Amino acid sequence: MDRRDFLKHVCLLISSGAVVGGLSPDAWAKLIHKDYDPAKHYYGMGIDIEKCIGCGRCMEACKTENDVPGDPFYFRTWVERYVIKTDKTVSINTISMKPDEGADVFVEKDMLRSFFVPKLCNQCDHPPCVQVCPVGATFKTDDGVILVDSKRCIGCRYCIQSCPYGARYIHPETRVADKCTFCYHRLVRGLLPACVEVCPKQARLFGDMKSIASPLGRFIRMNKLHVLKPSLNTDPKVYYANLDGEVN
Amino acid sequence: MRDFFKKIPEQAVRIIVLFLILAGGMFIVRQFIIPPEMKEMDLIQTSTMEREAAKEIKYAGAEVCGTCHENQHDNKKIGYHRDLSCESCHGAAQKHVDNPSEVKPTSPKKRDYCAYCHNYNSSRPTGFPQINPDTHNPRKPCITCHNPHNPKPLHIPRSCAACHAQIERTKVASYHALLACTVCHKTPEKHKTEPRIVTPTKPDKREFCGKCHAKGAGSKGVPLVDMDLHGEKYVCWQCHYPHMLGGI
Repeated sequence: MDRRDFLKHVCLLISSGAVVGGLSPDAWAKLIHKDYDPAKHYYGMGIDIEKCIGCGRCMEACKTENDVPGDPFYFRTWVERYVIKTDKTVSINTISMKPDEGADVFVEKDMLRSFFVPKLCNQCDHPPCVQVCPVGATFKTDDGVILVDSKRCIGCRYCIQSCPYGARYIHPETRVADKCTFCYHRLVRGLLPACVEVCPKQARLFGDMKSIASPLGRFIRMNKLHVLKPSLNTDPKVYYANLDGEVN
Repeated sequence: MRDFFKKIPEQAVRIIVLFLILAGGMFIVRQFIIPPEMKEMDLIQTSTMEREAAKEIKYAGAEVCGTCHENQHDNKKIGYHRDLSCESCHGAAQKHVDNPSEVKPTSPKKRDYCAYCHNYNSSRPTGFPQINPDTHNPRKPCITCHNPHNPKPLHIPRSCAACHAQIERTKVASYHALLACTVCHKTPEKHKTEPRIVTPTKPDKREFCGKCHAKGAGSKGVPLVDMDLHGEKYVCWQCHYPHMLGGI
């Protein structure tokens, strides 16, 4: 036991009243999952707009992995199709997960440019949702992921209002706020988030920003990057390459 | 001092005593009766992280499949689908990993699954292989001609439009509609079998367009310009996109 651990144990013993049968001091030392230490990681995601083909496999995989209801208005991640027309109007649609519904409804003659934008919780470094939560149910972990304590959340929807990216929804069964966790249960086992796992074009990249070599590290070095709504100072950890100015 | 206490009216003393009892009671309740996992924010957050981390995994990840399915894995690695994870098509397979003999992953055999990625959509990046499902062997399952683990075009494409559909569709509505692609792009035969290694040429001089559009070129019904005076600083395609509708 080094000094750091000793101090942790002592602090816990004093603060938690552990003497009267509370949680044992080992609770601190207990790791989230086997050898996983959150403090040693800091996660981010990279999305290359140029590569996204709008197939919607990420949306499908996310719903499967995280038991998100199948209805087309509950999403932890979704893909928007942007069409900028010659008259400068912009049409934005969340793509459907059924291929026949994704059929083209635009006359190409009227299109200036068009592309897909995958979206998800930006896991902000300064998250507005954490600030507004009245019961402290949502918080940032040491590895940089914003989580919701489903037992503590009272479903007041403040966080849904405050999220500038529209990344949260009320889960119809649990009736509490739900959102992307970067597939936290996969991260602790050293796996990639489900959406990154299935992306056929590697348009989504994932990595640990504390590790020197990771696909994300290379992505961040090699691309001109942008984040969504930088003016809000939320400091997102989802980085976009080749993002169009019309995307908001 | 004693005089001071005597001066306090009895009713005030009662209230103070009552208050002290209440305060003491609250202190005892908070400190000893409420378990620490209900009041220590750090413990609450740790337990949320543990709960998230304990969630069931549905997608096994790209690494596992190759340990048993060596052939398909090695075959896939050399083809165009090398970046595709097995589970992108076969669905979540962790259950299959846990119990390989009883749970079998899905295997999409119908046309509409390939359509997720390969149906033509004007928002998809140029160069991504796409088909028009109405004209490309309607109702025939894709796997009768293409091996999904190492997909290749069945025939060497006859026309440029087989891959460059977007350019073809724009060109047919432009003034250059009647010009074959090969008039401007010299296309080595090998480009059809190794599209990324052997690429066609592109015009690199103003004089190339001048062959038709220069004054004195002698072509009829074609806009003619004085090559010495007209935009001499630029090459033609910096202002005019040769495939563009209306030819501007």
